[in-house]
Amino acid sequence: MLLRHTPGEISERGALTVNPAKTCQPVGAMYAALGVHRCLPHSHGSQGCCAYHRSALTRHYAEPIMASTSSFTEGASVFGGQSNLLESINNIFTLYNPDIIAVNTTCLSEVIGDDLTQIIGRAAADNKIPKGKTVMFASTPSFKGSHVTGYANMLAAIVQSFAKNTGRKTDRITLLPSFIEPSDMSEIKHIVSAMGIAYIMYPDTSDVVNGPLDGTFRMYPKGGTPRALIEESGDSRCAFALGRVGTLSAAKLLDTRCKVKTEILDLPIGITATDEFVDCLRKTAGVSVPESLLLERGQFVDVLCDKNQYLYGKKVSLSGDPDILLGLARFCSDAGMKVLHVVTGTPAPGKFADRIREITGGDTLVKVGPQADLFYFHQLLQNNRPDLIFGNTYCKYIARDMDIPLIRTGFPIYDRVGHSYFPITGYRGGLHLLVKILDAIMDRQDRDAPEEKFELVM
Amino acid sequence: MADITERPSVENFKEEVLRSYPPKIAKKRAKQIIINKVENQEEVPVIQANTRTIPGIITMRGCAYAGCKGVVLGPTRDILQITHGPVGCGFYSWLTRRNQTKPESLSDTNFMTYAMSTDLQEDEIIFGGEKKLRAAIDEAVALFHPRAIGIFATCPVGLIGDDVHAVARAMEEKYPDINIFGFSCEGYKGVSQSAGHHVANNKVFTDVVGLSDKAREGRFRVNILGEYNIGGDAFEIERIVADCGITLHSTFSGNSTYEEFSSAHTADLNVVMCHRSINYLAGMMETRYGIPWFKVNFVGAGATSKSLLKIANYFEDPALIKKTEEVIAREMEEVAKVRDDVKSRCQGKTAMLYVGGSRAHHYQDLLKEIGMTILSAGYEFAHRDDYEGRKIMSSIVVDADSRNIEELTVEPDPERYKPRVTPEERARREAEGFAFSDYRGMMPEMDNQTLVIDDCNHYELEELIDRYHPDLVCAGIKEKYVVQKHGIPMKQLHSYDYMGPFAGYRGAINFYREIDRLLNSNVFKFARAPWDENPQIHASYGFNG
Repeated sequence: MLLRHTPGEISERGALTVNPAKTCQPVGAMYAALGVHRCLPHSHGSQGCCAYHRSALTRHYAEPIMASTSSFTEGASVFGGQSNLLESINNIFTLYNPDIIAVNTTCLSEVIGDDLTQIIGRAAADNKIPKGKTVMFASTPSFKGSHVTGYANMLAAIVQSFAKNTGRKTDRITLLPSFIEPSDMSEIKHIVSAMGIAYIMYPDTSDVVNGPLDGTFRMYPKGGTPRALIEESGDSRCAFALGRVGTLSAAKLLDTRCKVKTEILDLPIGITATDEFVDCLRKTAGVSVPESLLLERGQFVDVLCDKNQYLYGKKVSLSGDPDILLGLARFCSDAGMKVLHVVTGTPAPGKFADRIREITGGDTLVKVGPQADLFYFHQLLQNNRPDLIFGNTYCKYIARDMDIPLIRTGFPIYDRVGHSYFPITGYRGGLHLLVKILDAIMDRQDRDAPEEKFELVM
Repeated sequence: MADITERPSVENFKEEVLRSYPPKIAKKRAKQIIINKVENQEEVPVIQANTRTIPGIITMRGCAYAGCKGVVLGPTRDILQITHGPVGCGFYSWLTRRNQTKPESLSDTNFMTYAMSTDLQEDEIIFGGEKKLRAAIDEAVALFHPRAIGIFATCPVGLIGDDVHAVARAMEEKYPDINIFGFSCEGYKGVSQSAGHHVANNKVFTDVVGLSDKAREGRFRVNILGEYNIGGDAFEIERIVADCGITLHSTFSGNSTYEEFSSAHTADLNVVMCHRSINYLAGMMETRYGIPWFKVNFVGAGATSKSLLKIANYFEDPALIKKTEEVIAREMEEVAKVRDDVKSRCQGKTAMLYVGGSRAHHYQDLLKEIGMTILSAGYEFAHRDDYEGRKIMSSIVVDADSRNIEELTVEPDPERYKPRVTPEERARREAEGFAFSDYRGMMPEMDNQTLVIDDCNHYELEELIDRYHPDLVCAGIKEKYVVQKHGIPMKQLHSYDYMGPFAGYRGAINFYREIDRLLNSNVFKFARAPWDENPQIHASYGFNG
């Protein structure tokens, strides 16, 4: 037993987090910044933060993750990190030549109270920022929220730094996705393009953290939203933010600062959420849904109906990040699966639990915030055993101990590939996720079936 | 394969890289990019090491917390480890280093799969986190009943003034049966992981080693220091030393337990694998308990044999020496077969290694065994002695960053100091050429005109690849895909790319085969499409002509 010390009996815990179902803000901020073209994320703190965040993202995406650090020493921690950041800015533009440096703070620089606005202003005054280049920052203290909060904060900072309302509305819509895979970002773009709608989406990590191996290393890969487009997003006709927790602050900013009417939708995971998204786009742009999307939708529905017997009534337990969890809960409900548990370490508004229960039909146990960790999740599962677990790689220890199949979703996934190439959003992503679930359930049935019940055709 | 003299000049490399740096960086890096030259008595050039990384540089380095919790203590399975701080540090050091461990039975304690953190929130940052830490320990005790608890301080903890040591003392009073100790391993300490190694060594020495006098049975009882059981390396070493008739008392810290640490001072000998991360403990145990130490290396079949023989010779027991020679002969039979086969395909291929505080040295042996040439190597967080050998230690200037890490004053234990080798005996054996407390360093074993680069950064790695087109690069996860995007295979030497073991004899075989695969598998050849070689323009219909 790998988690042999996890008792089924649940006791109150107020201080000790065991096997967290979240990590800290800067890693999410770094990921968001990678979705801007020619942007170098910079971690203002000890170099260990940057090393850990780069390592986590590299293990998850199996791609180069470039980011620099202010390399604080004890001296900087006592006297402030201004000189470290000024020196960093100078060295980064000289050596790595990005168009944008996206600084994220760390608990260290937050605790000592470094004033990033002032430091960056000083760098500009000292002519350390070349013409046409930008240094921007997001405040991402690790002692608040989670990696999703960090993503949300960096996304808001990107809106704040670049989006401009020039007073000339364009016919484009803007899309702000939550912390999702590059494959999902591609899928969302695919849907909008298929509907013939002009759009701007940021961040966009597709073609950044799922790039090709072609014999050339690119410090700044082809993908990422160009700065000019982010600027123009301030003039877009309207905007959709996909996934409330990861996008709320950015959506509010775009709405209030640039007067772009911004609506928050669920991530398009599953048939009903994707239909909602497509319907929204259809009504907003006044277009009809093209044949190509109808085919994708129809194929997804086809398999959903054909194989519903393997899904209906199956019990599932979900852990991960709120926006994706909501999508997964919708997906499972669409398929007639019963959601027993939803656990996330990421703070989510009180309405989150209500929404989940509304979707799943009432008796789902939802745990958010303190004690909502994978230790607790495991305890819940021991008391009410599901047929299937959804969660990140760390859930494999629970899955193995309990002998329950695991569908890898969320962040991080360190032990399987595919998530960065094959989406779970949209109709095609829905079909892909459905196939993954069916494979898991049917493999299990094959494994467990007595010989006389072993089926050729399923 | 090009002869070393036909390669781009290393002098030019250094000059041109330095020229592209801002002057301040160039000045510093000039002392850390060294063209190797080995002269009489293993004299090598001075290299600057264990100094700050320049802010803004994309470095391979991590922090003191990673060195302390992640490297040294992480592999121990039954010390309950609580990270005191925001959630990230505990999260990232959770199972990511691949320290395998094998509890003896299902009822044995194993906390390795658990990440525990106080997950400090803003309020605690403002009003202090000690109360939460105490509550966390209460909860941990109630849930897990540990024998020992280690508390690891993160950056903000140090800054807000939480005293992990005071909390440890107070909680130990409350739970007298549990050994509770804290580590001041805030990430900003020192200049790299190295500071954390030292902090870990100090605390394990003062608070754990020597607590239990329960000695293991056996005539030749050895501790292996600085072996972390990545990918099962320690399992393979355990197998070999047991076959030789050597009793492994404890490993610091791969596949280890608290009890083994507590009684480690009862062993007859300490051998050191990773000099950088654990030499402090070896030195302190020698001073307090009289246990001699020397450097070994179980990476590489030849190095493994040499190390085993040195241990056997240390005990001067003919039966042990004979048995050890038999084991070596037996193991080398299979090793030689695979080695010669792989060598026929890897001979003359080139490699670069930038990793760790020992691995960039150790793995050269393995690569050389299959005929490969080392173009360049460097450590991520080592000190000058790891490059130049311990003979230069007295000339190391202690700077402000190192001075922040406590250097313990150790005295012989009044009752338990027992020199395993008397001074006269030691003098005799040294005269016969037996080296104690030694480490020759990496540079004396590297060819002249190779590039030795300390704290090699992304920019330099790119330049090295562009100019020297190595057949193989060895480094860590952050460098992995940067290298491979070039179409050059990359071997991770921290995590072994989720393979292993690579130590000992079976490990050597695994490694030869793995390098064979990396260099000779077809897959990297597909990086270039066929039309890259034959661009369309030459085969056009000539519409524009």
